Order: sequence, then C-alpha cells, then structure tokens
Amino acid sequence: MSSPGFTNLNSSVSYSQNSTPNGGAAPPFQNGPAQTYQSMYPPTGCYGAPPQQQSYPTIPAHSTPAPHKAPITNSAHSANYYQSNHQQQQHHHQLPQHHVAPSQYSAPSSSVPPSQPHPTLHSSVPPPSNAQYNQQQHPPYATPGSYYGQQSYHSQQQQQQQQPNLVPAPAGGPGAPLYPIVSYPSAPGSSQYGTLSSSQSTSAPGVPPTQMGAPLHQYSTSRPAPTTAVQPGYSVAPTSQLGPTVNGQGSTVHQHYDQSHQASLSYDSYGRVTHSSGGADADRPPSGTPSTSVHSSPGHHQGVQYGYVANSGASSASATTSGPAAAPLSSSSEDDDDDEEEDEEAGGDTSSSSTGSASPVPNSYDSLEGGNYPDSMPPSNDMTNQAAPYGSYGYPSMEPAYQQGPASHTDSSPSHDLYSQSSYQQYSQPFPNLSQLSAALGGLSGVPELEVEALRPVNLLQERNLLPPRPLEAPEPNLSPDLKKVNCSPHTFRCTLTSIPQTQALLNKARLPLGLLLHPFRDLQLPVITSNTIVRCRSCRTYINPFVTFLDQRRWKCNLCYRVNDVPDEFMYNPVTRSYGEPHKRPEVQNSTVEFIASSDYMLRPPQPAAYLFVLDVSHNAVEAGYLKYFCELLLDNLDKLPGDTRTRVGFLTFDNTIHFYNLQEGLSQPQMLVVSDIDDVFIPSHDSLMVNLKESKELVKDLLTSLPAMFSQSRETHSALGPALQAAFKLMSPTGGRVTVFQTQLPTLGAGALQSREDPNQRSSTKGVQHLGPATDFYKKLALDCSGQQIGVDLFLLSSQYADLASLSCISKYSAGSIFYYPSFHYIHNPAQLEKFQRDLERYFTRKIGFEAVMRIRCTKGLSIHTFHGNFFVRSTDLLSLANVNPDSAFAVQMSIEDSLADSSLACFQAALLYTSSKGKRRIRVHTLCLPVVNQLSDVYAGADVQAVTCLLANMAIDRSISSSLSDARDALVNAVVDLVSAYKSNVSNLQQSGLVVPAAMRLFPVYILSLLKQKALRTGTSTRLDERVFAMCEFKTQPLQQLMRMVHPDLYRLDNMSDQGALHLNDTVVPQPHLLHLSAERLSRDGAFLMDCGYVFYLWIGKCCSEVFIRDVLGCPNYASIPPNMSHIPELETPLSERVRAFLDWLQDNRAFSSMIHIVKDDASAKATFFQHLVEDRSESASSYYEFLQHIQQQMSK
Amino acid sequence: MAFTFAAFCYMLALLLTAALIFFAIWHLVLPEYLIHFFFCVMFFCAAEWLTLCLNLPLLAYHVWRYMSRPVMSCPGLYDPTTIMNADILAFCQKEGWCKLAFYLLSFFYYLYGMIYVLVSS
Repeated sequence: MSSPGFTNLNSSVSYSQNSTPNGGAAPPFQNGPAQTYQSMYPPTGCYGAPPQQQSYPTIPAHSTPAPHKAPITNSAHSANYYQSNHQQQQHHHQLPQHHVAPSQYSAPSSSVPPSQPHPTLHSSVPPPSNAQYNQQQHPPYATPGSYYGQQSYHSQQQQQQQQPNLVPAPAGGPGAPLYPIVSYPSAPGSSQYGTLSSSQSTSAPGVPPTQMGAPLHQYSTSRPAPTTAVQPGYSVAPTSQLGPTVNGQGSTVHQHYDQSHQASLSYDSYGRVTHSSGGADADRPPSGTPSTSVHSSPGHHQGVQYGYVANSGASSASATTSGPAAAPLSSSSEDDDDDEEEDEEAGGDTSSSSTGSASPVPNSYDSLEGGNYPDSMPPSNDMTNQAAPYGSYGYPSMEPAYQQGPASHTDSSPSHDLYSQSSYQQYSQPFPNLSQLSAALGGLSGVPELEVEALRPVNLLQERNLLPPRPLEAPEPNLSPDLKKVNCSPHTFRCTLTSIPQTQALLNKARLPLGLLLHPFRDLQLPVITSNTIVRCRSCRTYINPFVTFLDQRRWKCNLCYRVNDVPDEFMYNPVTRSYGEPHKRPEVQNSTVEFIASSDYMLRPPQPAAYLFVLDVSHNAVEAGYLKYFCELLLDNLDKLPGDTRTRVGFLTFDNTIHFYNLQEGLSQPQMLVVSDIDDVFIPSHDSLMVNLKESKELVKDLLTSLPAMFSQSRETHSALGPALQAAFKLMSPTGGRVTVFQTQLPTLGAGALQSREDPNQRSSTKGVQHLGPATDFYKKLALDCSGQQIGVDLFLLSSQYADLASLSCISKYSAGSIFYYPSFHYIHNPAQLEKFQRDLERYFTRKIGFEAVMRIRCTKGLSIHTFHGNFFVRSTDLLSLANVNPDSAFAVQMSIEDSLADSSLACFQAALLYTSSKGKRRIRVHTLCLPVVNQLSDVYAGADVQAVTCLLANMAIDRSISSSLSDARDALVNAVVDLVSAYKSNVSNLQQSGLVVPAAMRLFPVYILSLLKQKALRTGTSTRLDERVFAMCEFKTQPLQQLMRMVHPDLYRLDNMSDQGALHLNDTVVPQPHLLHLSAERLSRDGAFLMDCGYVFYLWIGKCCSEVFIRDVLGCPNYASIPPNMSHIPELETPLSERVRAFLDWLQDNRAFSSMIHIVKDDASAKATFFQHLVEDRSESASSYYEFLQHIQQQMSK
Repeated sequence: MAFTFAAFCYMLALLLTAALIFFAIWHLVLPEYLIHFFFCVMFFCAAEWLTLCLNLPLLAYHVWRYMSRPVMSCPGLYDPTTIMNADILAFCQKEGWCKLAFYLLSFFYYLYGMIYVLVSS
C-alpha cells in the first residue's frame, strides 16, 4: 500500500493504475538523465572507454556461439587484460598491505628508489611494512598514467591508518579495514604524493582534498567531488602543510592532532585545490543539478565548523538515559584504557572462536593479496567496495558483458589499449578509483559518471553477457570519501537503494522496493567500547555514530532526529589516543560498527548464564535414522567449545511417547533417567538437577552422551510426543532462558501439538497452487511466543524422511528467533551426503557464537519508517524485534516506506542496535550505522539500485505473499516487479526510443535473478517439490544472509579445467586462481571441461564426458572418466599442481562461509546430473521457461 | 404513543452503539461483533427491516472477518506475530475509523428511529 515494495507485489491491476502517474510525471524526470547523458559521454570516452551501449554489436539473443566457445574466448580475452605485466607488477606492490610480512616487501622495494617524504613516515606509521610499501609506490606516481594504482593504495593506507584511531589493540585491527577499503576518489599528482601519504599515515582525513584536487589538475575539469563530507574542513586542513607537519608528528599521535588543528587554521591559504571538497558540500542539496558551483564556500564553512571547532570539551554527563530495554539509567563499571583493551580481547576471542568468521578472512586476504604476486585480480572480498563499481557501476569498457563472445572482444579492445598505455590493469584495484574519480568529478554535472554507467541502458534482448567476471558486489553509495570510509560494511547492512529517493512519490515511480538487509550478528571483529555513559540522542535514543555533526565542542546534532545534544564530559576524553578534547576522534565516531559494553541500565535482570537444553527424539524412527550416535559424538567433541563461561548450564531431555528427563546432579555416580508418562499435563520431576552446571557435572554429561545411543537402540515406540516435550523444555528453561535444540524425525502424533499429514503427494507438481504453506495449528506459535517471553530460543533440526509438517513445526523457531535445519531423507547409512552435512552443520552450530535475551531496534532518519520485518523473531513494537537468541548466521530484512519528504536533508541514516547478553554473561550493544545519500532524481535512484538486495527483499516479500495469499499470486507479483521496473524505466528515464527490454545497467541482472527465484524450490510450480522442502526453502529465504541467499538463488558457475594463474590471488604461499563467472546455461558447458557450481551450501563439480584425462587424473585421482565413482564427494589431496590449484580455489570459496559446503562430483551421465542441471536457471526446464522466453513474456506483459 | 418492542430495540441499540463507539476505538473486536450481532437479531425480531438492511453489510463483514482470522486456538482476531506489520496495523486502524464513523451515524439514526417509533405508534 504505502511502500513501493508492497505495491510491487500487487497484482497487475493495481500496477496499471499506478503506472499512469508515471507517465504523467515523466517529463520533469527526463530532463536530468537525458541531458547528462549526452554531456557525460565525452568524459567517459576520455578515459578510454568507448560508449558501449551503442557500439555493442547485438548478439542475437539465443543463437549464440557454440557452448564451448564461450569459455575459450573468455580466457583468451583475459589474457589480453594482463598484457602489460611489468606495470601491473608495480600495481600489485601498491596493493599490498600492512599485514604482509615485511620481508616480502623489502625485496621489491629495494629495486625502487625511495622517495624523500617517506622516511618521515616511518616514525609515524605504526606498522613498518607500510613504509616499505610506500616506497614502492612512488615510482608509479611519477607517471601520470599509473595513478590509478595509487588510489587504491591510498584507500588501503586509509584503512590502516584508521586502525590506530579505532583501537590500538590488535583485535581491533582487522575490523577496521572492513569499511574504509575504498574511499578516495582521487588522482594525486606525482608531486603531491609524498606529502599525501605522509599525511595519511598520521591523520586519516587529511588526504582526500589533495587527492581530489589532483583530478582537477589532471583533467582540467572543474568538478567538485560529490561529497557530503562531514569533515571536509578538517580533512582539508592538514594537506596544506603536510610535509612539515608530518615530521613533527612522528613522535606522538597527540601532537599530530594538534598540528592538524594548525593545519586547519591555515586552510584559507590552501586555496583552490580544496575547492573540490567544498564543492562536495555544495552538492548536497541539489544532487544532480548540473550547475553546482566550483567555489562553494558553504562546504568550507561546514568543514571548518566540524573539523576545527569540534575539538573542545563539553561537560554534560546527562546524555544517557534509558536503554532499549527501557531500563533507567545509572552509571557503573570501569573505563580505563586497559580495561577496554581487555574487553576488546575478550570480544575478539568470542568472535574469532566461531569457525568461519566472515570478516577477518577477507581482511587477511586483503592484506595478503598484494604480498608477492606478479599479476592478479583483486580477491572478491577485497572487491567488496573496490570492485563493486565494475560489477554494477562499472566502467563501460570493463563491462563484463563484453568479455565473452567475439563481438564484445573487438569492442573492448580499443579501450584496452588505452588502459594498458596507462598501465591500467583491468581487473585490479583501479576500478574503484575510476569510479571514485568520476564520483569526485561528477558533482558538478548532474549525474556522476559512475551513475552514467549504472544507468547505461541495457537492452536485455540483445546483450547476452551480463554477468561480471567475479561475483557481484554491493554498489557503493554515492557519498563523499569521508563518509564512504566510515560507512557500514555492505556485508552487515545493505539497502536496496543506495540512493534514497526523496519522497514516497519518487519511490513509487521507481517501482523498486525500499528496504534494508541486515546481518547484524555476523562474525566480525569490531571495536569494543567500555564507558560509563553511552552517548545517545536524548530524544530518539540514537547511539552516537560517525554521521552526527558536531556543532561545536560541546554539542552534537543527531543525524536521525536532528536534535542538538550535549557532549558529556567523559566523551571528551579519547581512551584510544589518551587525549582530551577530541570527541570526534572517539572510536564511536570513527566507526560505524561498534560494540558497547552495557552497564546495568541495559539489564532487566542480571545477565543470564549460557543455558543449553537438548531435546532429542528417540522414537523408533529416530533410531532408524541413526542421528543420535553422531549427535552425541559431536557434542562430546565440542563440549568444551560450547560458548559459555563457568556458569554454563546444560540439560538433556529425550522423548518418544513419554518424556525422559536426566538427572545430572553433581555427586551422582551415573546419570539418572526420570520418565514422565503423563504427557497431557507435563510436569518437571526435579527442579534443580535437570539443568546442571556443565563444569561441575561434566563427567556425568559425558557419561550420558556415551550411553545415550545404546540406551534406545531397541526402542520400538513409533509415536512422538513433541508438543509435550517442548512444553517440558519450556518449563525447564523458563527460570533462566537460553537455547533449546530440538531434534525431530517425524510428524508429532501425541499430546498437544499433534499434527496430521496434510500433504497430498499427487499435488506435488501441481501448477495450480500449493496448499498448506501455513501452520495447521497455532500450538507451536503460541509456545514460541511464550518461549520468546522467557528468553528461550528454540532451534529445530528436522531429520525426517516422511512428511513432518514443517510448516507447522517451523513456527516454534520462527517466533522464538531460532534457526531451522532440515535434512530430508536423513539416514546414517543410506544417505552419507546428508550425514556429512549434518555433522558439519552441527559442529558449526555447537561452536558458533550466541547472544541471549536480545532485542534489536532499527532507527532511521526522520521521515522514513519501518514497514515490515522479515526473519525469525517476534516483533514487539513497530521498530523493536525481540530475539530470544541471536546467532551469527541469521539475517533480517526490513521493508521501509517514506512517510515525510526527506528534502531537508541530503543524507539518510539507518541504525540497527542489537542489545544482547554474550555467552560470557556480559551485556553488550552492537551498533551498526549506515548512511546513504538522498536524491530527488529518478535516474539517481536507478543508478544506486542494488540488484541483489532488491532481489532478496522481493524474495522475502514473495514468501510472505505466498503464505498469506497464494503461491501463484506471489509468482505473479515477482514477474510484475520486473515488468514494472522495465516500464517505469522506459517511461521515466530512458529517452532512447529503443524497442525491446531496456533496463539500467545497475539492474541488468534483475530479470535473471527473478527468473531464478521463480525456479527455486520455494516458489516453483510444476516441478515435483515436497511440501516440507518447499517450506524449508521459504524459511531459508527469510533467514539467510544476502550473499548466501544469492548463491542459492543464482549459483556461481566456473570452469575449472583450464584455470590459469592469470589474475590469481597469491595468499601466503598458495596461488588461488580466479576463473570467470559463467552464465547458468547448458550452452556454457562443454563436454571437454570440468565446471564448478557454487550453490552456497553445496558445490557441484560437473565433469564432462570428454574431460581431459589430465584433469581427471590430477584432480580426482582416477585414471579416466569411466572410473570416477558415482557418488564421489571429496577432492583427494593430490600433490599435482592442478589439484593444488583446484583445492586452493575451493578452500578460498569456503573460507568466508559459516557452514562449510559439501562438494559433489557429478558425472555427465550420472543420474545425479539432474540436480546439477536444475540449477542452470537460464535454460528451459520441464515446467519453466528459459531466460529468453521469460524476457519475451515480460515484453508481452509490457505491451498489454 | 406507546412503548413498543421496536422502540425498546432502538433504545437498546442506542445504548449499545455508544459502547461500540468505544470498542471500535479500543479494538475490542469480539465483544463488538457480538453486540452488533445481538441488536441485529433484535431488529429482525422487531421487523425493522430498513434498519436491519442498513446493518447487514457490516454484519456480513464481521462474519467474513471472523472466518478469515488467522489459525488460532484462542478467541481473538489479531495475531500477535503479524499485527506489528505496518500494513496490517494500518488496515486495522483504518477499519477502526470507518466503524467509528458508522457507529456515530447509526447512533443518531437510532435516536431518530426511537423517537419516530415512539411518536408514530
């Protein structure tokens, strides 16, 4: 109704209604893009990129080259990209980072004459490697051509530099680079470089202005950066007199800060160069107006205000009041530096204790990447920010679409030459710089160049190669470098529109849903802050964050409600630098993701101990499936790794038609089983001995786990009293709260919550619609709400071979913020693949981080409001989620609507605050803040659209729709979302009178993604799908983090047999090749190849019939194709280079996932190949159309 | 002028509608439905066809609304897990306002009806 997302999902009737206003209001919006297009192209060309969209020879949609050709051209092409190797080498020396062993650095650096300014650096830069790498940098700077490389280097330095600000402790280090990786739209002149780098090493914000200035010189276009800098003045300041200052700064940081003050004083003399950053500010109000002046003094003013004046003390300590849990305030606890460091370590510990910690890994790649390799592509993690532009905003010449197929080949080669002249390496870091540059330059003209690229109309019927060579990354918001640097990581916080439309009307016109995708508790290392007063806005309770404005020394203005608050006295002291009077240097203001140690104000009761209760099905069915033995083994192994402290409590409960409790009281010689057979009125036989302290009763617990599998091996009881068992679990856990883990293997048949089979197997492949997607009874939901009220989270493991009515059972986890695992047809002998998956999942499950009694509140800038939440939780009020347990693997989605116009601000901010009790019994608050620009042009909205986030949000909405209405409704709504987007774009933005399906380049993958969604288990019709599997897929959609979900929806396909080292990553001593992504179509496969499909939870390695024997022998260890065993599910560790490369690539793919993925080797002739081919979503399947047919369908719908 | 059954019905409806006005604001849905159903039956017995016709659409809506309530084992219409959804919340609020208007109008109508019946009989 109100949000566009919602309307998107409306039936087509409401669409046509809505589309009329679009047409009516079109003219005003056409102006912007239309003009800028023409005006912007020349600059595009001057960077060497031909304007692609016209010149792309149209490859007829479905009559493409023979399947096997594509990869070949591909590689040939990529060879081209790397032609200028010696220059690239220099590049990569620039990339390397701080974490790399210095020795690696020193070798190359010796060959390069060090530049003068650097020596001064050494003193001021904390890690020595940095300095060395500066030296390497220098030479490329000398030539204007290589300047792209330097930018990337700058951004890296930036991160590094942030670390000292954040947290001096090593734990905080890896956390920092997350955000700031890409930041500087800059092209420093060679002369400036030395001063630049030195300034960076001391004061982060010092750099941007100079860098921005440079492009002005070089390109003689006087465009200011599109920056809405919070600290422009501040950042401007140091640059004017870097050289001298830096030398002085070597000794202490404090000193350095002082000097930066002086620097800001001398700002006026700084003159023109800084205008760029000033212009940034001028860009604020009318983003997209072509007439932004170069001399924008307002920007300067702001800068001065912030950077300079902000540095004085303030004294009100009263800023903190009540926590989200509505606790009254008081202050407590310590605030020493040392304490904080301890806490950080503790935090680091807990976060790193979980296995697949997401962010540290990327960072380590980050750091290692440049270490020693001659030519490479950036690792995908690294591309988080950097490569994003070329995924979606990308520079035309890099457009991945053109890399495949002969036509594109010829087309992109001219741009090639240009790039190679300037030692520009196609796949390397430069991209972001280009786009940053264009961002920097774009402020003056209406649409920045990256937007031009993102807006480049793509005719879907003609362009076939749409995929980027590496997995798509989140687009970067069009913010000032300063803000970009501190903005929240897209892995944590992502918005479907990185440019927020100013009004709901504009949003409706764009026909895209507005929403957030959140992964708030994911494994990462982040600065942990301990202080007496947690500074928050007095009216809206927003936590202080990097996007607030300091009006003067003692006051800050909330960025969400615009209230002016006092800075408390304590906040004036910076524990990191141990200096006074710099509130803006506090870690809270330097990081958009921070964690506070909360005081007792944030507690309703003393923090609960970690409490785990395992509820195990031991009926005959369960014994048959044989899961119990593996569960007990794994738990025994991981007993010490369960997150918790000395207070940790555990309990066990088994059930068939009765409920068995286990008395594990310390002092007993062996566990005592207590049987309660009255399942209609469950009672707890003993109150203090069933949940026991793990430490004290460890021996008994071990005893129990060893004897449990044998205890029930003779069970003949087929009934299952799950409902009563859950009631018992609820009663057992109510006093403390905690986590209940339920293992269930069949339909519950006894007592409360008994269910009947509702699935009609004949209807599995019906196209008419699917019944029974909702719960049959509200027993589980009510129980879940009770659990949620007592802070009990219920996780469900369903290992059923029969229908078990997951639609009803899942409610127990859905509303108590638990997680759901499903292993269809689990059997310990007959289904080894499921068994292995079960074991891996369980291991991760036992050891992953956990937060108890949590609440999460999402706040957003005045004018925006939250519409609907998606995920597993209970919504307590319109913006508050109650999460009994929070785990690092579940994500949330939020639909937003715009209630009031956002015209009075240029930035929109979102803050998610998660208050939880850690497993160590500490109350903590994790705060993420995301900042996005507000735009008033439709074209800007499209340019900032994040196609993956849009897809995920739509998927969530479609799931809701299919449960509340019907599956076919949901499917129609998804198709309509595409139709809508295309028609809205056509009528409002694109002024080209092109026929066919034209979408902005940023959204070019949208139809593919939607088609893939329609072919997912959750939403498909016509293909036989078991109801439980469908419901499980729906649950997954609701809780999986975006990247995992996207891999499930649209798997990544790579060709493995001809991987070359070109573009490979070099990590430590392993080489990780980076093959290109292939479209999910059988025509991309070839019989003589081996292809890897990465579906998130599972990898498929498809071996073609004529696959080279070398590959089969070297990688799979089999003499020939025929001898590959049919159910092979691992890659042997062979000592051949090919095998090592393949395994390195697989390990690298696995590295940043929470749950390790299985690998299945699929032979071309095996029956298993159907599972592989069903993921080739662009092909026609028995019941669903191919991509081309889908596009034609869209076109028909449009012309209706 | 005599105090007929119809007049009694109108008087009762008048009083109950006053209560309904508050129920519509507070979203006490089940009592509201019951009361409304109750005086509809009364009007039926009193053979006040016009008044009954005016109330029938709302009666039908109430029946439909109750039939299509979420799966629940306890009485009530609102599901605690979805009611905070902005759409549903907005819909329920709008529904409340519409009913409030309807009850206010019918309040005066019943007043008029009662007097009319009293005077005419």
